[in-house]
Amino acid sequence: MSHTNWPLYEVFIRSRSGLSHRHAGSLHAADDDMALDHARDTYTRRMEGVSIWVVRSDRIVASDPAETAALFEPAEDKIYRHPTFYEIPDGVENL
Amino acid sequence: MYTQGLDQQGKPEQEKQRRPAESEAELRAFQRRCDAEEKIEAKDWMPEAYRRTLVRQISQHAHSEIIGMQPEGNWLTRAPSLKRKVILLAKVQDEAGHGLYLYSAAETLGVSRDKMVDDLLSGKAKYSSIFNYATLTWADIGAIGWLVDGAAIMNQVPLCRCSYGPYARAMVRVCKEESFHQRQGFDIMHVLCSGSEAQKAMAQDALNRWWWPSLMMFGPSDKDSEHSAQSMAWKIKRFSNDELRQKFVDATVPQAEFLGLRVPDDDLHFNEATGHYEFGDIDWQEFYDVLAGNGPCNRERLAKRQKAHDDGAWVREAARAYAAKHAVQEAA
Ligand SMILES: [Fe+2]
Ligand SMILES: [Fe+2]
Repeated sequence: MSHTNWPLYEVFIRSRSGLSHRHAGSLHAADDDMALDHARDTYTRRMEGVSIWVVRSDRIVASDPAETAALFEPAEDKIYRHPTFYEIPDGVENL
Repeated sequence: MYTQGLDQQGKPEQEKQRRPAESEAELRAFQRRCDAEEKIEAKDWMPEAYRRTLVRQISQHAHSEIIGMQPEGNWLTRAPSLKRKVILLAKVQDEAGHGLYLYSAAETLGVSRDKMVDDLLSGKAKYSSIFNYATLTWADIGAIGWLVDGAAIMNQVPLCRCSYGPYARAMVRVCKEESFHQRQGFDIMHVLCSGSEAQKAMAQDALNRWWWPSLMMFGPSDKDSEHSAQSMAWKIKRFSNDELRQKFVDATVPQAEFLGLRVPDDDLHFNEATGHYEFGDIDWQEFYDVLAGNGPCNRERLAKRQKAHDDGAWVREAARAYAAKHAVQEAA
């Protein structure tokens, strides 16, 4: 009886329009509506946001930190994807 | 507010043992990450002792925020004006928020909220000794904001750079809110000190009672603080208990002078050569007594928390039933 068993939610807040939502923290709530209310009271007491997203933590699919190297390895040797790879002859401008 | 240097409460021998699964190579690689000031994130590999140290520290910190609402909550209905009342309400609400940020940070380490709450209510988990002192007058609310939140800031600012990412991020949020807490406390003291003789005496009395317990908030002296070295190596801790205490004294004594109050320490004096204030001996017996559960209000604090928890049980239950009912309706 003393236990809540309320699911965990992750909270994302857009601090002002023009910026993307950013992870603020997490909280427990019985349902989605309560999660929004709690997110407002917990994470935006000083006008820190203009929009809140909440999502149940168990619905988030995350990459495995132990696999980080393997997961991102394909991008590692493709230095030609960066502009700094290319040598620009002297005298050429606006490039 | 507070992660006190309660770390001496742990079981160091047990903690020093490594699980067989932790190879020397893994431990070295982890230490290299700490040395390079990389942040450790929730799902990253970490030594079991690192995880346990953090769970203990963050949950104690969270409990302190939650219990810390009580001494100030005691004056909510008796605040001297509506303005003071709304300010104090906002401050106490912030402390609840701090508790929630910190519980969330601890949960990322795999400990459940229910387990932490159980440990607090059973008396197994500790919280900062400071919240076991009574708030006898309105001036105590000023003294708490000024001194207790002031000490909390000293302690918490370096924690914003803690190696564990979720804890560090929670502390950034907390620290942004703490300076309002300290200023509103100082403001209460300032108004009292500019008032009648009786008001000034009340402020002095509050300082007399809160000064030494505030110094104890930084935890035992370095020579008695056995976990410090490891926490420093892991970049959980950045300054020792004594260093932080000294910073606090250096910052606070001139503020007391400004208020025209006397710090209750006959040995207190400024050392021109070092540029620091030197202060008298702390009564560590009192500190250990309060931690052991024998402070002025330990039983009252836990009983009140237990009652709030029990009284809220039907609300949690009802919310869960409501959510379950609506989940069924939506599925249909
Ligand atoms: Fe706090
Ligand atoms: Fe505070």
